[in-house]
Amino acid sequence: MNQNKTPIRDALEELENNRIIPFDVPGHKRGKGSSNLREFLGKKCLSIDVNAMKPLDSLSHPVSVIREGEELAAAAFGASHAFFMVSGTTGAVQTMIFYTCKRGDKIILQRNVHRSVLNAMVLCGAIPVYIECTSSEKLGIALGSSVAAVERAILENPDAKAVFINNPTYYGICSDIAGIAKLAHKHGMKVLADEAHGTHFYFADSGNLPSAAISAGADMAAVSMHKSGGSLTQSSFLLCGKDVNANYMRQIINLTQTTSASYILLSSLDISRSHLALNGKKIFSDVLKLTAYAREEISKIDGFYAFSEELIDGDAVFDFDKTKLAINTLGTGLAGIEVHDILRDEYDIQIEFGDIGNILAYVSIGDNHKNIEMLISALAEVKRRFARTELNIMKQEYIAPIVRAAPQEAFYNPKKMLPLAQSVGRICAEFVMCYPPGIPIIAPGEEITADIVNYISYAKEKGCSLIGPEDMSIENINVLE
Amino acid sequence: MELWFSEMHTENVKFSIKVDKQLCCVQSQYQRIEIFESYEFGRFLTLDGFMMLSEKDEFIYHEMITHVAMAVHPMAKNILVVGAGDGGVMRELAKYSQIEKIDVAEIDSEVVRVCKEFLPKTAVGFNDSRVQIFYEDGLKFVRSKDNEYDIIIVDSTDPFGPGEGLFSKEFYGNCFKALKPNGILINQHESPFYTKDAAMVKRTHKRVVQSFDTSRVYQAHIPTYPSGHWLFGFASKGLHPTKNLDATRWNALNIGTRYYNTNLHKGAFYLPTYVEELLSDVEDVE
Repeated sequence: MNQNKTPIRDALEELENNRIIPFDVPGHKRGKGSSNLREFLGKKCLSIDVNAMKPLDSLSHPVSVIREGEELAAAAFGASHAFFMVSGTTGAVQTMIFYTCKRGDKIILQRNVHRSVLNAMVLCGAIPVYIECTSSEKLGIALGSSVAAVERAILENPDAKAVFINNPTYYGICSDIAGIAKLAHKHGMKVLADEAHGTHFYFADSGNLPSAAISAGADMAAVSMHKSGGSLTQSSFLLCGKDVNANYMRQIINLTQTTSASYILLSSLDISRSHLALNGKKIFSDVLKLTAYAREEISKIDGFYAFSEELIDGDAVFDFDKTKLAINTLGTGLAGIEVHDILRDEYDIQIEFGDIGNILAYVSIGDNHKNIEMLISALAEVKRRFARTELNIMKQEYIAPIVRAAPQEAFYNPKKMLPLAQSVGRICAEFVMCYPPGIPIIAPGEEITADIVNYISYAKEKGCSLIGPEDMSIENINVLE
Repeated sequence: MELWFSEMHTENVKFSIKVDKQLCCVQSQYQRIEIFESYEFGRFLTLDGFMMLSEKDEFIYHEMITHVAMAVHPMAKNILVVGAGDGGVMRELAKYSQIEKIDVAEIDSEVVRVCKEFLPKTAVGFNDSRVQIFYEDGLKFVRSKDNEYDIIIVDSTDPFGPGEGLFSKEFYGNCFKALKPNGILINQHESPFYTKDAAMVKRTHKRVVQSFDTSRVYQAHIPTYPSGHWLFGFASKGLHPTKNLDATRWNALNIGTRYYNTNLHKGAFYLPTYVEELLSDVEDVE
């Protein structure tokens, strides 16, 4: 297919030229009714903020330009079908789970998934089966799933409907998704991939990036086009392989997705897809050069460790996404979140996130050498000015969960609020997580342990932004009665 | 036919020079480099359309960015110049026999090539045997240096574009580390007059203040720069820009200058009230 084509953008431009008189929503009428908004967002932006109509197709029932845009996207990503999503990758992840699982159905997954996965289980009543997780002691992070561990989970739960895999994790770690897909299919299970951080895998140049899920045999993948792909925040793709019923999938999407999809978001998906299809390989080779350079320079600063492919062990770290600039900070005596805060407060540099032991600088399509150079120099300064010898620095990010109830049951059944310190041994009825990265520290249905309470207190003390509980100060936590 | 070079000093203020002809126009990896011949200012260099120097008034800039530190530091031997692709700073430094080493970190070799061809009056500075050019990002160059220089002179472009890193706090911190205990950092500090420029002066000063024990600002009049009123930063690990000025010693060196002299040196640190207020706003933060 001709990837120069951008049918949604073209339809919007034609609509603008046709000067249709709008007696439909949105009420700002191409911005005329909201001059402040028009001034702030720009005339163009307001003029394409229009509602579904015949020449523009409709996201919930696409037959013309959106359909063509989805076909172009499917071809660009090598999928059987692609859906435009305007409810973020969260929407795409939830849809994959709603498609696969009904109440009581089991799904095999690693615990270090994004909250959207567990949220979906609260909504649909699916039961998580966690794969034993390997974590790196040095880095304090959870690694990928080894095929052997997935196989054990599959054999112990032959009735499970699906296996859910991060491809890659936030830190860039990939499991053997092709091996896992083969295994799962042999046992009649679907393979769902969270590729929130893996859009660029579809545009690799001669194997310089890990395998993309769909090409490795996964049945569905939630792809954050707005992260490494360059489209607008909240826009995303849901990709499907050949064994997915796309029309049923659309019904599932329409259960929760808005009927007033933003054409600003849709056109951003359309235009970015064309850009990546035409220039993606070049773009991501450039990103790889930037991150390789950054790692080389950061390795000269004592105390920081910008990890990469040396972690690959063919098992729990099957592959590594070298566009990710993840840096372990513990050698400087500083927690990742502290480095994150220093970079922002002292050096006007905003990085993606800092957690207990690591920071992640998101390097993408929009970066250049100058900014990388400033980041490296700032890290050199952080080391020179702030490094310390701290004895009781916490290392472990990953605490294996003890699941005592299904997420839905734990979330909706009668609960009561207890001070955090008194909650040890109880079953948690809500989520607690640092955001970003948004991976729950504890989820509904899991037992609260002393380790969890310590972790939450430590993260709070170090300045992590904790979210999730009803009590926004995170002093108290809801537990099952 | 009339040919005019124009630069927008603000969205509403335009500065124009009547041009005889364009001598050179090249696009380097970093920027568009042009040389014009004018009636009033002689030849002048622009980067991405912004005036960098003219033959008529460059002496003011180059003397003021160089001699102030040289007159304060009792015996500067090792100098780092960041930027300065036209050679003017090195021309001034070459007047001091005490100097042993002049390292130059200039990111864009094309600027040097063009200046050597078209601006011999400043490019003469490259001829001194003590000068060694490193075609590298100044930020990267200085990062690996520790306790090495007596004076660092930052002759950068504006903070919008390739020079942005040279206005960052990490850069000033790296410079602090690269300087010896008596070290001095001099940076071009933009103009305090127009609103947007003033905001940058404030931001830059704040960052230098947070990195150095002593941080003062001085001024000069440079006709081809926005508003003509230009500032320089003097930051040091202890030497005071006027109290440590050794006028007798400097005058005995018999260095030829047309703008700088040791009386003007003292005067340059007496700033207009509005500039003092602008700067003091950010001095008490920490």
